Amino acid sequence: MATIKVGMADLNICKAPDMITTLGLGSCIGIAIYDPVTKIGGLAHIMLPDSKQMRNNSNIAKFADTGIEELVRRMVRAGANKGRMVSKIAGGAKMFEVKGVSGIGNVGERNAVASRAKLKQLGIPLIAEDTGLNYGRTVELYPETGDFYIKAVGKTKKII
Amino acid sequence: MERRTAMAKFSLDQVNDMYFDVLKEIGNIGAGNATTAISNMLNLRVNMDVPKVEFMTIQELPTAISAEEETVVGIYLEVESDIGGSMMFLLKMGSAQYLVNHLMGRPDDYAEEFNEMDLSALKEIGNIISGSYLSALSTMTNMVITSSVPYLAIDMAGAILSVPAIQFGQYGDNALLIQTEFGDDVKIQGFFILMPDVESYDKILTSLGVAL
Repeated sequence: MATIKVGMADLNICKAPDMITTLGLGSCIGIAIYDPVTKIGGLAHIMLPDSKQMRNNSNIAKFADTGIEELVRRMVRAGANKGRMVSKIAGGAKMFEVKGVSGIGNVGERNAVASRAKLKQLGIPLIAEDTGLNYGRTVELYPETGDFYIKAVGKTKKII
Repeated sequence: MERRTAMAKFSLDQVNDMYFDVLKEIGNIGAGNATTAISNMLNLRVNMDVPKVEFMTIQELPTAISAEEETVVGIYLEVESDIGGSMMFLLKMGSAQYLVNHLMGRPDDYAEEFNEMDLSALKEIGNIISGSYLSALSTMTNMVITSSVPYLAIDMAGAILSVPAIQFGQYGDNALLIQTEFGDDVKIQGFFILMPDVESYDKILTSLGVAL
């Protein structure tokens, strides 16, 4: 079993029994998608909600909209069926209790909203999520079962 | 000199040597101020090494100070008045523990989890250190720069550094980090990240006479 590591503003896919992970999600979102029949899974670690609001948007894995689209495209190319895909998301924390709703304070929330919207638009059901609050998360997707593990400092590991 | 319009002109992706030197100088003076402040606060003799300014891609930021999952201390402040934006000071856990132990008059090897008092002490340390850097920036640019109350997070380095990564990520694909090491017997490793908003880069550079 190999472990595929996804960095920040990065995405990749894997096939069971391999596992795919991203470490230390803060306000970013980890979007896990898998096809339970082919057992192909994918993970994107996006940083910002919307590529269309940015002048510099060449890195498509950086944004929820373009990142999720690319992840699905890569999975389909690897043999996954879009109609069977389901998704789970985690992250989008507010790392610092900064007052006010503008700017960096609520970027985690905006990332979560944009991720849900993009998944809905693509018709991929979002079956579980662990987002918001104020702590970092490491996530692991096992496409064999679709289990999505979430680890955080000082908390017990959970599966969604 | 041609009047530079704010926005758009500046991108960290085209950072030049002069801006690099300016940041290094802010790092130098700021760390100098911080060293003095810490020496006074802890009643310790503290020395400082020359800070290193590191230019990296935003993807490299989560691992710039440690592995992504290592617990670190992050102190975040919003920068206000003549310029806008934010700044962050990061301490490795060992360094944070050392500073808190000294401030609270505990033995160096004390390693219990931080209590409420320790957390406010850490915030105060962060406040003093951040203030030292901001006053360096203020002196060099001749601008009024104030900051919000400090916000504290103790969590995975990757998660804390996602905050500056996102901030820089809005303008480009690169980030700047100032690494400072100070200490006497024990080296304190601190990392300083200045995140002016995009309009403020221009103000800072113009006031310093740096041409992009």
